[in-house]
Amino acid sequence: MAKFASKLMMVCLLICVGIFGAVAEDELASEAEARAKLLFSELRCVVCQNQSIRDSDADVAKDLRIIVREQITAGKTDREIRTFLVDRYGEFILLKPVFAWHTFILWAAPFLLIILAGALIFRAGRKQSDVVESKLSDEEEKELARLLER
Amino acid sequence: MIVELGHMALLIAFSLSVFQSIVPMWGARTNAPNLMATADVSSIAILGFVTLSFGALMWAYATSDFSVVNVWQNSHSQMPFIYKLSGTWGNHEGSMLLWVFILALFAAAVGVFGKNLPKTMRANVLGVQGWLLTTFLFFIVLTSNPFARQTPVVEGQDLNPILQDIGLAIHPPMLYIGYVGFSITFAFSIAALIEGRIDSAWARWVRPWAMAAWIFLTAGIAMGSYWAYYELGWGGWWFWDPVENASFLPWLSGTALLHSALVMEKRDSLKIWTVLLAIVTFSLSLLGTFLVRSGVLTSVHTFASDPTRGLFILAILSAFVGGALFLFAFRASRLEQGGLFAPISREGALVLNNVLLSTSAATVLVGTLFPVVYEAITGAKISVGAPFFNLTFGALMIPLVLVLPFGPLLGWKRGDIVGVSQRLMFALFAAVIVIILAYGFLERGPWIAPLMMGISAWLIVGAFAELLQRSGLPKVGLKTGFARLTGLKRSIWATAIAHAGVGVTMLGIVFVTAYETESVAILKQGESATAAGYEITFEQYQTRSVNNFSEELVQLTISKDGNVVRTGAPSKRFYPARQTPTSEALINTFGFSQLYIALGEVKTDNSVVLRIWWKPMITLIWLGSILMVLAGGLSLTDRRARIGSPKLSKNRKLGTASVG
Repeated sequence: MAKFASKLMMVCLLICVGIFGAVAEDELASEAEARAKLLFSELRCVVCQNQSIRDSDADVAKDLRIIVREQITAGKTDREIRTFLVDRYGEFILLKPVFAWHTFILWAAPFLLIILAGALIFRAGRKQSDVVESKLSDEEEKELARLLER
Repeated sequence: MIVELGHMALLIAFSLSVFQSIVPMWGARTNAPNLMATADVSSIAILGFVTLSFGALMWAYATSDFSVVNVWQNSHSQMPFIYKLSGTWGNHEGSMLLWVFILALFAAAVGVFGKNLPKTMRANVLGVQGWLLTTFLFFIVLTSNPFARQTPVVEGQDLNPILQDIGLAIHPPMLYIGYVGFSITFAFSIAALIEGRIDSAWARWVRPWAMAAWIFLTAGIAMGSYWAYYELGWGGWWFWDPVENASFLPWLSGTALLHSALVMEKRDSLKIWTVLLAIVTFSLSLLGTFLVRSGVLTSVHTFASDPTRGLFILAILSAFVGGALFLFAFRASRLEQGGLFAPISREGALVLNNVLLSTSAATVLVGTLFPVVYEAITGAKISVGAPFFNLTFGALMIPLVLVLPFGPLLGWKRGDIVGVSQRLMFALFAAVIVIILAYGFLERGPWIAPLMMGISAWLIVGAFAELLQRSGLPKVGLKTGFARLTGLKRSIWATAIAHAGVGVTMLGIVFVTAYETESVAILKQGESATAAGYEITFEQYQTRSVNNFSEELVQLTISKDGNVVRTGAPSKRFYPARQTPTSEALINTFGFSQLYIALGEVKTDNSVVLRIWWKPMITLIWLGSILMVLAGGLSLTDRRARIGSPKLSKNRKLGTASVG
């Protein structure tokens, strides 16, 4: 079973890597095409392992590119196109996950961590300054002064 | 026969490492010198037997002994000799043996180079190495025996064609040296926690090992990135692929570790944090091994995954990581905090570096594991891909690179931010000039690109500010200035070069991301296409058959202004043994940029499809990494890294005095 899975993976990989050949596609006018390319890089080639439809030459990727271009020509917004694709293929197709409650941890993690680190450092800093203030007793200060004079 | 000896050697190495896991540490507890000293012998003996074992497997590969299952599955008699050898670790069993071989090498190195370590610490460090050796040897013997035999077969099943490349000979060993190198810092941390004692001498011990591991990890990642770039045939150089992330995570925390160990070494501060980072870094290395080996995350790089072994590795992972963190939680309070510092100081800057690097490591970790955990909980699939990582990681890197040039210029304990800013004026000036030039000369592309180039310039120029300051140039005159520059400690040069390397890599990334062009051309013989001012002409279509594959080539000439500047042929190969094709792109370097041509379909009417990319300044990405690697090497040759050599005790006072 594991062997079969790995073979399947291998086949999938090879399809995706683009060995079977790039074919020229009908591109849109330059501005719309630029928009399409940006969208391509945010959409996953669903049969590939970790490739956007921009990079992949799998048939699925080709079909998806055609769909995206059609939708752009039909005057749909990026958001509408994404929703359309998610309805069809599930959230799996979005390489950039939506920002919602179920992805909250994912998107919030960097900010929460920075805040946490900041809080910890602030606390450590306060502790440290307490230490500095109460470090020497009067006698020690005198001793220090004596030593410095010498 | 040799194969059986290899298997035997593996078993002996295993029993020896069980011995080393217990006896030296027992000696350290009971203060028995003879027991502690056994580790020196056993670590070398283990290395000897693991080497024998590894050599036996390599020999089986070299002679194409297809009665060994592992060789039969992953080799071919017609393969070039170098790939036969590198094929030894192009599979799960062999790569685990390589892992253990490097582990044994490092453990023995501690025994040999660690003569002047305190006796108990050396015994404890080697004991922890013994645990690691035992666990991984047990794993190999039990689940991944590379020496299993079968009835002899005439021909092997061939090595995965994508791995039939010089990259396989270099990339995994480098990466593994990096991963496993951090086992030393891990062992030192555990030893320190067991003894409950840690000081700046500890940091002096640990830093060179961490540096050595970091150098190899950096080189391994950069090399892997270039390998994927030229081999996979669509010109991507970093995919935020789970397996890439797995190697990038220990790099990020390892980089943080190098910097925090610096604070610990110089100022006796950040001890607990440094110990924690050392544990985390090696844990992430283990996680990397786990991610690649278990197949939990499938990706383009998982060439030898097997879920059943994953559970075993997961158990190893939780035992070591969990155990280490548990120990940390219990004992960390015993490690006293040292040197105080103001927020704006060299220490403060290094803390900021650590916060940003650790946060970015955590972000990449969360992003990598999120789909797995999400699927496990909800059953639904979700993707976290390049756009997510570019956004979050990028956002964390910008503040890091902006404040980076300040760090080395700030004084320890309390820094003078105004003075430092004045000294960085020329770097700001350089950045502004670059931004103006970029807006003026580069028309196409996103508005943010010139700004990013400015930041790269700020990094590159700013990196040399410390050198300039210490040389006294331009005030003192060229002669004195240069004399001072050559007299500077190597670590100062290393800092400057490494930081400049970051800037160089960033510049390459910005250029290629913003200004790359891509086109698809369908050509008949004699026709040409144009890309980035170069004319690419289809001269001839050829087929040929070599060793273990057949190949279709398309001869091209590349000309500029009517003159032929290069010729070459992108090709498609077919490996019959595995029934798999590969693509070999034609890559030509012009200055720092590259013209990348991949061969697509060959049509029935004899026309061919070419995919052509212009990758401006792309080589800077790897040149920057090379600078970082060189800087690391330079820093290792610094006097400070060679503590314990007889001359040093005399110099040490001088050293500390001049550090100030």
